[in-house]
Amino acid sequence: MNLYDSRKKLAVAGVLCGVVAAVLAYFGNPANMAFCIACFVRDMAGSLGMHQAEVVQYARPEITGLVLGAFFISVATKEYRSTAGSSPMIRFILGMVIMIGSLVFLGCPLRMVIRMSAGDLNAWVALVGFILGVATGTFALKKGFSLGRSHDTGKESGAVLPILLIGVLVLGVMGLLKASEAGPGSMHAPIILSLLGGLVFGALAQKARMCFAGGIRDVILMKNFDLLTVIGGVFVVMLVFNLAMGKFVVGFDTPGIIAHSEHLWNILGMYAVGFAAVLAGGCPLRQLILAGQGSSDAAVTVLGLFVGAALCHNLGLASSGTALNAETGEVVAGAATPAGKIAVIICIIVCFIIAFTNKRENVK
Amino acid sequence: MKEVDARGLSCPEPIMLTAEALKSANGPVKVLVSEPHQKTNVEKLAKDRGKKTTTKEIDTGFEIVIE
Repeated sequence: MNLYDSRKKLAVAGVLCGVVAAVLAYFGNPANMAFCIACFVRDMAGSLGMHQAEVVQYARPEITGLVLGAFFISVATKEYRSTAGSSPMIRFILGMVIMIGSLVFLGCPLRMVIRMSAGDLNAWVALVGFILGVATGTFALKKGFSLGRSHDTGKESGAVLPILLIGVLVLGVMGLLKASEAGPGSMHAPIILSLLGGLVFGALAQKARMCFAGGIRDVILMKNFDLLTVIGGVFVVMLVFNLAMGKFVVGFDTPGIIAHSEHLWNILGMYAVGFAAVLAGGCPLRQLILAGQGSSDAAVTVLGLFVGAALCHNLGLASSGTALNAETGEVVAGAATPAGKIAVIICIIVCFIIAFTNKRENVK
Repeated sequence: MKEVDARGLSCPEPIMLTAEALKSANGPVKVLVSEPHQKTNVEKLAKDRGKKTTTKEIDTGFEIVIE
């Protein structure tokens, strides 16, 4: 069954994914993080001890579920294909860039949409950067950018990441990994619900080709609104959920939602994410899905996300969110860190170098 | 027949190469892709341009002839 042959079906897939995110938020996931890929990969990296930020360590079953959902549905519908060989190390770097940009903004493109649906104006500001980043990547594509061809590999290669993530899930359930006792990492829906939510979300995203970077890229490149329709579905459901739960608060510098109001760095962070995501052929969510359906290249991008997350917290690149000081009742504004700002600039320069040195005509 | 070999390329390259080929070709165009969603995208593009497609599965993916 195809979901992407009609825009109506795509919108329904988006709505269902939105419902999964809303349900998980209702049952304990951090409110407007709900289903943030960057945040959850970062939490998982923390659970494995790749970084020591104690408030963001938890082996999120959603991540395992997403990849397995895509894996099972692609095997069932004969779309599973084990491939590799399209500039893996460049993809690794792009994965790191995507994570660093995301954690300076404080969210992946999916969380940006979720934050937008909660009235967080910072996310709307960041959207400008994201669109510009996608546009820059699209410009590079028009100029002949390509990471080259992937090739078929032994069936087992494509199954490595899904199996590794099952291992992380099992170790997490057995209590052998780090788990936050306070902070966002300690807030989560029951494990079984998170896993089921991830499986459903992953299967739907695989069938609908859900991609936040691709949605905007296709509009710029071909005036094609198909992929954007899916995202519209997620946005509408989360908007209704936030309105119904009284979580729709329009404003900047809202405490408690893990966001900051440094506009330039919100824009530049998401610019790097949009740019790198187009070069890598998809947003963080799409990378997980492609990795689930057998792409070792996408799996390497996912590893880049993990290493990027570790660097962010080990080197203090991740921004802080605006918070309420419990003792004084004062609002303490969140901010991008000096190291994070330098990192984002390096990331953007790296994207430009990658974008304009990898040409299709050089690809044999 | 003009041939576009887009096997193994990441999205949206197959669709871009197909669009380019359709612009410059007079006769039919043969497109090779690896992934099912790329096949659908190419078929959709052809339909949008008012052209007919014939698709067959090959060892390494799909062969779509647009005319």
